[in-house]
Amino acid sequence: MRLFLSFLAGGLFGTGLFLSGMTDTTKVQGWLDVFGDWDPTLAFVMGGAILPMFFAWRLTEGRKPLAGGKFPTPSNQELDRRLIVGSAMFGIGWGLVGLCPGPVIASISYNGWGGVWFLAAMLAGMAAAPKFGIQLDRLMTKA
Amino acid sequence: METDWLWGLIGGGIIGLGGAVYLLGNGRIMGASGIVGGLVDGLADGSDRKIALERLMFLAGVVLLPLLLQRFSSTQASTHMTDNVILIVSAGLLVGIGTRIANGCTSGHGVCGISRLSLRGLIATVFYILAGGLTLAIFRHGLGLI
Repeated sequence: MRLFLSFLAGGLFGTGLFLSGMTDTTKVQGWLDVFGDWDPTLAFVMGGAILPMFFAWRLTEGRKPLAGGKFPTPSNQELDRRLIVGSAMFGIGWGLVGLCPGPVIASISYNGWGGVWFLAAMLAGMAAAPKFGIQLDRLMTKA
Repeated sequence: METDWLWGLIGGGIIGLGGAVYLLGNGRIMGASGIVGGLVDGLADGSDRKIALERLMFLAGVVLLPLLLQRFSSTQASTHMTDNVILIVSAGLLVGIGTRIANGCTSGHGVCGISRLSLRGLIATVFYILAGGLTLAIFRHGLGLI
């Protein structure tokens, strides 16, 4: 049950990315390129995705997940430097090539070697992230 | 091109449905960087195998369903990705480190965070969109590199 639901959720996620064109790097860069040929598609994708999720969050109140367990409760509410610096780093990489973690996975099957290089670098970055985070904290407390 | 916004809305809705299934079904937040990053961490410390299996199934769905769709439809996905490997690797590293440090990316902070009315999700989204916009302004229009 849990595994089937995971597969279904992933399948819907990948299908949505494919249909919306979010695996096309020109669409993502087009959204970020306000001084160029601006493409608003990504705003519609975000809006379209936030709407069902908004109702899903409402439905979690006073209930338990279908497959058991508990709903996640917000543990970290802090607006810290990790959130800001990490998001900014992600944004720079996102802008440079036009790929973020979801679409790069979804496009593995048709992205050729470029997608594989990106994925490999992303995984290496993820593995290095904890060390980088500690360095960042050290740097900031000194300053 | 004229129907791009409509496909964006439809595709976005399906992404949101996926997030709703993952949340209401398994009680988990659909964040691509969290799911991939969790697997990377899991390999390092050998944490919960059940969660790892769930994450693998999620990723299998992400890859396999679009592949099937492409097989049975006339639509072929185009990615238009740059072939500059140095650019690709630098961007991949930044995305990998950044999303793990910020604890989320477009799907986690953007879709699941904003819909929960989380201030963290909103602030993260504003910052990565600003950083992405600035990157294009500098690297495309300033330096002409991308």
